Amino acid sequence: MAIKVQIPSALRRLTAGASSLTCTASNLEQLFSVLDEKFPDLKPHLRDDKGQVRRFLNIYVNEEDIRFLGGPEYAFQEGDEVLLVPSIAGG
Amino acid sequence: MAHYELRCRECGRTWGNQPRSICDDCFSPLEVTYDYDALRAALLRGSNGHGAFSREAISQRPPNMWRYSELLPLPQGFEPRLPVGFTPLLQAPHLAERLGAQARNLYIKNDAVCLPTLSFKDRVVAVALAQARAFGFDTVSCSSTGNLANAVAAHAAREGLKAWIFIPADLEPAKILGTNVYGAKVVRIAGNYDQVNRLCSQIADEHRWGFVNVNLRPYYAEGSKTVGFEIAEQLGWRLPDNLVCPMAGGSLITKIKKAFDELVKLGLVEAKEVKFFGAQATGCSPISTAIKTGSAEIEPQKPATIARSLAIGNPADGHYAIKTIKSSGGWSEDVSDPEVIDSIRLLAETEGIFTETAGGVTVGTAAKLYRQDRILPEETTVLCVTGNGLKTTDALAGVYRTEQPIAPKLVEFENYLRRTLDVAEVPGVIAAREEAASVGA
Repeated sequence: MAIKVQIPSALRRLTAGASSLTCTASNLEQLFSVLDEKFPDLKPHLRDDKGQVRRFLNIYVNEEDIRFLGGPEYAFQEGDEVLLVPSIAGG
Repeated sequence: MAHYELRCRECGRTWGNQPRSICDDCFSPLEVTYDYDALRAALLRGSNGHGAFSREAISQRPPNMWRYSELLPLPQGFEPRLPVGFTPLLQAPHLAERLGAQARNLYIKNDAVCLPTLSFKDRVVAVALAQARAFGFDTVSCSSTGNLANAVAAHAAREGLKAWIFIPADLEPAKILGTNVYGAKVVRIAGNYDQVNRLCSQIADEHRWGFVNVNLRPYYAEGSKTVGFEIAEQLGWRLPDNLVCPMAGGSLITKIKKAFDELVKLGLVEAKEVKFFGAQATGCSPISTAIKTGSAEIEPQKPATIARSLAIGNPADGHYAIKTIKSSGGWSEDVSDPEVIDSIRLLAETEGIFTETAGGVTVGTAAKLYRQDRILPEETTVLCVTGNGLKTTDALAGVYRTEQPIAPKLVEFENYLRRTLDVAEVPGVIAAREEAASVGA
């Protein structure tokens, strides 16, 4: 599935300034593998020492928190827009 | 040099002082930390221009939150322009009787009368805007469930800053009007708070605005500590046994804990193991659900409750609120919307305090905690009421009948009285009337 990933400015120093990326991935695990490969500097920021996605990293698909869509089980649809938000603030 | 700086709550990296809320290394939230050793020495010497920071010295200062300035992240030379905080801590004997507490041991910390906008959000905004000005922002902003919108708009007007306020479109009308009136630009978003909040994270990425609860959040959140400082001082420089606190983003309860810890560190109060209890509405209870199911992590929820000021389904500080509650030996409960309404009425009828829905959540939760024996009658317990009922009157729509008017005649009133009152409830009135009738005869 071709999906578009939006890179927030906090991460762009690790993506050579790229603000978005179009790639093929069918689920979150595959997407992280693509990001790991494409932007090796990004990897330790997205995952902790144990390889788990960092607690405070929020992932949205078409404006919806991916946890409401099934989280790691969610199968990306063609044209999905994925947004990475480091540590949601607010409240 | 400032006696405080930003530090990552997880990896510990320090970030100096700047408008940012996130650690770039691990994406965890930042928090303001203080050099307590230097602070302790300076406070004893009184060398920071405020005089010594002793109980006696503090008690001589004006009755507002700025009396604790040394423990707030304020820019050099900051001169407060609004007397925010120092709200009443009231004994609540009649409510205590209804909840099963001992009359002298239940207190309400009443931020329903916090100035200038009648919620505890005035405290956090006051600190955030002090920093906004120091960082050179000419526009301040926030995502809000209402109270924060009011506070940012009012404080911005006072400070001569522009304000852009982002709110869920279905917010209570009084909270929208109470933002518009200060001249703020109000942007209604067709979505819930969490969606508004996510959008604001993106906007903060693109625009150089001071978002009080995004890039200024570490400073903003410190303002909540003043609730804790005041409770301790108003209890005669001692800590309560229990504290019951409403939770939305989960920050307030962690900051009251931090405030108590700081007072202990500085020797202003004796150490005590305070139990922290969190209150949520059942229709938006990600933190209390985690506590009750023994989870250390938050499962986000889609809010569905009349307690809109607490309707945050993905609480930014949920993880830390869980830690605060669990490590203290406390607990968290949640209450239904009808319980919220009953509790608003109970507090108003017993203690004369009209709170908004969040206060109903707190009182309703406290009632549950007493019933569960998690809070004992003889323990000193403080309930945090954080907002004013006049902002959420629509929650009570339909609760009270609109009475038919009566003619302005005494006889009409006497008839009305007979129709309305249970004779057994007003023997004095009835007896007096019967006496008058017999005299007349």
